[in-house]
Amino acid sequence: MAGTWVFVEQRDGNIRKVTYEMLSKAKSFGDEVSAVVIGNNVEGLAPEFAKYGADKVYVVEGDVFANYNTGAYVAQLAAMINEFSPNAVLFAHTFNGRDLASRLAQKLEAGLATDAINAEISAGKGVFTRAIYAGKALSKVEVTTSPVLATIRAGVFELAEAAGAGAVVKPAIAATDADVYQTVKDFVVTVSSRPELNEAEVVVSGGRGCKGPEGIKVVEQLADLLGAALGGSRASIDSGWLGHELQVGQTGKVVNPNLYVACGISGAIQHLAGMSSSKFIAAINTDTEAPIFNVADFGVVGDLFKVVPLLCDELKK
Amino acid sequence: MKVLVCVKQTFDTEAKIELKDGKISDAGINLIINPYDEVAVEGAIQLKEKNIATEVVVVSAGSDKAMDTIRTALAMGADRGILVKQDSAADEYQRAVALAEAIKAENPDLILAGHVAADDGSSQVPTRVAEILGLPNVNVITNIEIAGGKATCTSEADGGTQVTEVSIPAVISSQVSWNEPRYPSMKGIMQAKKKPVATVDAAAADAKVKIIELALPAAKTAGIKIEEDPDVAAVKLGDWMKNTVKVEVK
Ligand SMILES: Cc1cc2nc3c(=O)[nH]c(=O)nc-3n(C[C@H](O)[C@H](O)[C@H](O)COP(=O)(O)OP(=O)(O)OC[C@H]3O[C@@H](n4cnc5c(N)ncnc54)[C@H](O)[C@@H]3O)c2cc1C
Ligand SMILES: Cc1cc2nc3c(=O)[nH]c(=O)nc-3n(C[C@H](O)[C@H](O)[C@H](O)COP(=O)(O)OP(=O)(O)OC[C@H]3O[C@@H](n4cnc5c(N)ncnc54)[C@H](O)[C@@H]3O)c2cc1C
Repeated sequence: MAGTWVFVEQRDGNIRKVTYEMLSKAKSFGDEVSAVVIGNNVEGLAPEFAKYGADKVYVVEGDVFANYNTGAYVAQLAAMINEFSPNAVLFAHTFNGRDLASRLAQKLEAGLATDAINAEISAGKGVFTRAIYAGKALSKVEVTTSPVLATIRAGVFELAEAAGAGAVVKPAIAATDADVYQTVKDFVVTVSSRPELNEAEVVVSGGRGCKGPEGIKVVEQLADLLGAALGGSRASIDSGWLGHELQVGQTGKVVNPNLYVACGISGAIQHLAGMSSSKFIAAINTDTEAPIFNVADFGVVGDLFKVVPLLCDELKK
Repeated sequence: MKVLVCVKQTFDTEAKIELKDGKISDAGINLIINPYDEVAVEGAIQLKEKNIATEVVVVSAGSDKAMDTIRTALAMGADRGILVKQDSAADEYQRAVALAEAIKAENPDLILAGHVAADDGSSQVPTRVAEILGLPNVNVITNIEIAGGKATCTSEADGGTQVTEVSIPAVISSQVSWNEPRYPSMKGIMQAKKKPVATVDAAAADAKVKIIELALPAAKTAGIKIEEDPDVAAVKLGDWMKNTVKVEVK
């Protein structure tokens, strides 16, 4: 059996960090580790995966793969799995990753563990931990079909550089235009000078306590000083101060940063669902009873309009 | 055009989770329609109001309790329901097989679902259903337009917004920002009681995943909380960020 495969998440050659996190974790299973990269003009990326221990890099290129599309990617991966028989295939739990893995799993009539926060794979057996009920319970599941399939949450595995051979393998192209059933009419890249919520080391969020766009600006200054992603509670999103893609919580994004700073956020259970697994949590809130303080490692009872600018000054020192 | 919506019954998002005999206990839990599915139902009803859809059918797989969720969707304005009776201990594959079987019998022109359930949240079921039925799928949509046998969907994508066109029938899953679901009116609730709901048994399928253990996460404990003048508080918080968290300042 051909070890663990990691499906590379990339767009226009920009590789998502979670790819390296998965490679690092896969290395710890002791088996051969391969990166699988599908796209157009992607062969040049191969050395990047070798840095995180990839023994092999499967490179699949073609016009049919230029845009991510479920049909062609599933057809290609299914054929490769058939030919090379990996033990396990790991995907990132991104929108594309979960779509691809779900459709592939069904095509193979196989099980799939999604949004895993831990993974143990040995002797062809795959056991994963999933955070269910918005993180209020943990479910340990075994995928009993082969290959073992899973999608992995960003930020849960440590990066570990390790030299791998990174030998490029070019499998036969198994997808044709006939496999494509989605036509991408437009893709508008979200332009932001800040990192994406899912992958950020630091997330700074503003809630209803910001009282309006002016308050969000105060919070943004802190975010930029920390090189952080900007997020918000549903209250600040519904008020139109921030775009919906920035909502943190049960019906928004689940974030997993080293530091989460909640400014003017009460800490409703649906908000906690999206951020309580952060390594460190800081909160600034005028209400000493706010539930956010129950999960905060460092809480400041105070007015964010006063505390945040002073904090920025302090950090600049 | 017939639109079918998959609706899952989930725990209220406020629910406190407890384990009993190693399983998640539903004792005393308020059960609701999955928030994403509520959005999908609203989307379907709006298609009917625009005279694009002629009938909205909702389907839910689960126990008899799921009937309440079907009634909620009927009270919002769906026309009829199907309850696929299935053992609760079903994995995503078994759920998808059961739903696909029921959907096939209805032969709808469009299948809507939520992109994720608020409880088990695997984000697998709609995409698996699409594969079983051999239909195109699009996930996480925030808008849809139907014309000339095609659905043009705007969806939230990794790092951006995407517009995708597929032929229908297709399986399409919703993001919450698509619309603002209506509350059922008193009249709607009364009418829902009289709307037809068929009950069918789930198609048999073998599980592909097994649960080894359920556990509750260690409770997060509160740390330091300070109540001081803003300038003092800011210095202490900044100090903690620099020395304990070890943040990098740009
Ligand atoms: C099905 C469902 C799904 C949901 N999903 C989400 C989700 O994904 N994400 C989410 O966030 N919410 C979600 N919610 C909403 C959630 O229940 C809360 O309503 C929401 O999180 C509240 O946002 P908030 O904390 O910003 O506002 P509030 O609860 O109004 O809190 C504002 C806080 O700001 C403080 N404050 C006021 N002025 C200042 C000041 N000058 N300086 C400092 N602090 C100040 C106040 O003391 C207060 O604690 C969901 C709800 C439901 C029912
Ligand atoms: C081995 C195993 C055992 C399990 N045992 C239990 C158990 O004992 N009790 C229990 O409650 N759960 C159990 N589950 C969870 C159960 O598998 C999930 O509820 C089911 O697979 C649906 O997945 P999901 O909630 O992740 O849906 P997702 O894929 O996240 O849902 C996305 C969308 O699919 C549609 N959808 C999903 N499920 C349904 C449904 N049932 N009816 C209609 N539409 C639906 C909805 O539109 C929903 O928004 C078990 C899971 C596994 C793996």
